[in-house]
Amino acid sequence: MAKKYICKMCGQTFEADSKPDKCPICSADSSLIEEVGKEGSEASEASAEKKSRKLNTNGNAYTIIYAAVMVIIVAFLLAGVSILLKSRQEANVEIDRQSQVLASLRLRGLEKDSVTAVYTRVVEEGHLQGSELPLFTCHLDTATVKYVVPVKGRGLWGGLWGYVAVNADGQGVYGAYFSHESETAGLGALIAETKFQELFNDKQLFADSASTRIALTAVKSGKVENPAFEVDGITGATLTTNGVADMVKDGLQPYAEFFRSLKDVKE
Amino acid sequence: MSLFNSKNKEALNNPLWKDNPVVIQVLGICSALAVTSQLEPAIVMGLSVTAITAFSNVIISLLRKTIPSRIRIIVQLVVVATLVTIVSQILKAFAYDVSVQLSVYVGLIITNCILMGRLEAFAMMNGPWESFLDGIGNGLGYAWILVVVAFFRELLGNGTLLGFQVIPDCAYEAGYMNNGMMTMPAMALIIVGCVIWAHRGISKDE
Repeated sequence: MAKKYICKMCGQTFEADSKPDKCPICSADSSLIEEVGKEGSEASEASAEKKSRKLNTNGNAYTIIYAAVMVIIVAFLLAGVSILLKSRQEANVEIDRQSQVLASLRLRGLEKDSVTAVYTRVVEEGHLQGSELPLFTCHLDTATVKYVVPVKGRGLWGGLWGYVAVNADGQGVYGAYFSHESETAGLGALIAETKFQELFNDKQLFADSASTRIALTAVKSGKVENPAFEVDGITGATLTTNGVADMVKDGLQPYAEFFRSLKDVKE
Repeated sequence: MSLFNSKNKEALNNPLWKDNPVVIQVLGICSALAVTSQLEPAIVMGLSVTAITAFSNVIISLLRKTIPSRIRIIVQLVVVATLVTIVSQILKAFAYDVSVQLSVYVGLIITNCILMGRLEAFAMMNGPWESFLDGIGNGLGYAWILVVVAFFRELLGNGTLLGFQVIPDCAYEAGYMNNGMMTMPAMALIIVGCVIWAHRGISKDE
């Protein structure tokens, strides 16, 4: 004869010949299943009912209060963690930015602790005279001056940014650093690798000594015609390569006159 | 009840091999594809998921009798999301490079099916200690698959392990080339497939 059982987990009743291992509705453990109508279980049912009157976990009021309290606790917890860790996180972001600038000056692989010390010694942040454009003047040693220009652009999937270091005479590139938000791993993402960035070393900014248009560019892989100012792009990542080329050209163009003037001073 | 009776041992050991969340239940595949191109992020991701699964299991298990059943999924989500946010903040503060590499995927732990699965299927009806072990077991079960996949992808794709070059220069001079395909997400899927194949071959239960 089928007996009636109740599952304490889901509250459903069901019929079975003997006590099952699992609740057929929610598959709760057999320890949570009780026979209905037996003396013992009735007593426990009564006590359970008493308990549930005290704390009805399915009532509307309980649910709303539960949700509200939960949200408040979580809000304070997250706010606390954020305040506690903020200064450290900002320091990390700043160190990351500094090490990117230094990477464009061929100072790569510095220890995290020494980045800020080197940065403050080498880099002097400033602006292009008479404008808001950022221009970092860098003293690698007492005699060598380099200028670092931050550049921003668009890649295939997201933003690109980088730093280009220019020699003191304003004609040649000393080094470059690029990074990206979300270029394709293994293709466009290679612009963040040292191997690609080093291709920019010692390239010329201008095609000839009279031009004021930035000629420095990256071209489709294998299409380099003028190695003085063209950089070989990444195979299979032509759009990202174009993004880098545009970023470098557009980013440096406002500085073209300044770089030209450096040359004139020298002569 | 001892701390490591047979049921608890099962909760810890089963997900490592017999009931592995990735190769048997095929959960958490999305992140397995995303973070396995190199070993380091794979290890960090594995450990983060382990920690978050274990602690969210414990919290839900402690709360299980008070949670209103109608909003239990929301409560579970809030607990997981809170823990994930805290972990990602800690990573940003103490392991910045790793957090840059993991970027969005830490946030994606929230949607990792393993977590919600364990919370709903285990923590809602078991005590905190069992739930903790279950979380550790499932997290590690997920982590070792990630590490295996990342090992092959980094070795064959970049010739490095944990960033150190292991394939000697002379091999490259002799014409050996890194397999760029390995760095693409598609290869992760194929390697996961191979791991599942090997796993099914070894354990003949099915």
